[in-house]
Amino acid sequence: MNANDEKKQVIIRNIEYLLTSSPYAENDTAASDLFSDTISELFSYHLKSSELYRNIIQGLSGSQITTTPETLADLPFLPVNLFKELDLKSSPTDQIVKTMTSSGTSGQVSKIYLDKDTARYQGKVLNSIVSSFIGNKRIPLLVIDSEKTVKDRNYFSARTAAIQGFSLFGKKPAFALNDDFTLNEAVVRDFFEQYSSGPYFVFGFTALVYFNFLHILKERNLSFKSNQGTLIHGGGWKKLQDQAVSNEQFKAFTQDTTGIQKVHNYYGMVEQTGSIFFECEEGHLHCSKYSDVYIRRADFSLCEPGEAGLIQVLSLLPLSYPGFNLLTEDMGEITSMDNCPCGRSGKTFKVHGRAKRAAIRGCSDVQY
Amino acid sequence: MSTSDKYIDAFVEAFELEDRKEAEVLEYQSIENWDSVGHMTLISELEDAFDISMETDDIVEFSSFLVGKEILKKYDIAV
Repeated sequence: MNANDEKKQVIIRNIEYLLTSSPYAENDTAASDLFSDTISELFSYHLKSSELYRNIIQGLSGSQITTTPETLADLPFLPVNLFKELDLKSSPTDQIVKTMTSSGTSGQVSKIYLDKDTARYQGKVLNSIVSSFIGNKRIPLLVIDSEKTVKDRNYFSARTAAIQGFSLFGKKPAFALNDDFTLNEAVVRDFFEQYSSGPYFVFGFTALVYFNFLHILKERNLSFKSNQGTLIHGGGWKKLQDQAVSNEQFKAFTQDTTGIQKVHNYYGMVEQTGSIFFECEEGHLHCSKYSDVYIRRADFSLCEPGEAGLIQVLSLLPLSYPGFNLLTEDMGEITSMDNCPCGRSGKTFKVHGRAKRAAIRGCSDVQY
Repeated sequence: MSTSDKYIDAFVEAFELEDRKEAEVLEYQSIENWDSVGHMTLISELEDAFDISMETDDIVEFSSFLVGKEILKKYDIAV
């Protein structure tokens, strides 16, 4: 084993260690130290493993790359868009078992290369985070999508990954949408008839849940009255934003049409699958022990809590590609540093939505 | 049918194996069909075959034919 393989093993051991306890351990300074150490390890691991990454970082940092900066916030980050333009990977091609693509609307897609270990820890961490909210027993699952989204192995999109990931919590998932994404009313009626008296959950991408499920139920005057369920949704608010639908309105609409009171949004991206930011009962998105968030101004200085800026996301999971420290194109703000009323530790934040194009161009100019 | 046959059958069905002997050496992602999609198919096959309901922690730990045998012991199934 060479020094760099050893580094990878250290990173994996650290993740394994974190997996032995809750993903939101209270006041766990040991866990946050381990997070910082592991991010630094990831940084030097990827510098050694990917020449392309090294060249980019060299370009960003000038002559001297510091692998041990004073704070994590000082480490260089990549604009998330870079995965659309470049084939960034840190594992040899023969170890890549899966390529995930983003379901971007702009035409260009991100390509994320996964090796066995990365795929495995994505699943484990997702399980740790989600089961801390809904338990580790599998319950009936209604997927607000078409079955064809998961059937095609050759097209592995962010939606496929998310549905696959969440299928872990559902027995024999039922798919609420037909292949043309219209509502399959029979499936939905059957599902609620059979399962609405016990715990169940509904999962889907935010826009599909809103437009292709809740809206259609309302249009057809269908409503269910079952408060035993949990709705989990993610994938972005862009389409809902255009119609000025807030998170609160989304929740109220869900309750009106289905009776479901427990609604959790999550923030995540194909570039950091697994370590998703889950919304707690108080409506805040939480960093877990596997992730962190910074908010930056247009000049890349750090925002104060409550101040809106570009969201930067950190994750311990990207091993086979250098995606552990990324500047997104989304705007948001920190809502609390470590004192969310829900009791979970860690930073919480809010996502405002996509940044205006101009802001991102600004970043790119400086970054390249 | 023996427990062991049922166990192998689940792999044969889930991954469309041509030869039963292939099953014993399999690991997650070692063949194309055992990807995340295939994984959930395998779990469903096992749950049906043994009439059990697996916990999510066990499903993510189920990383190979051999590891799976150990995990099933938790459900009182000796393969």
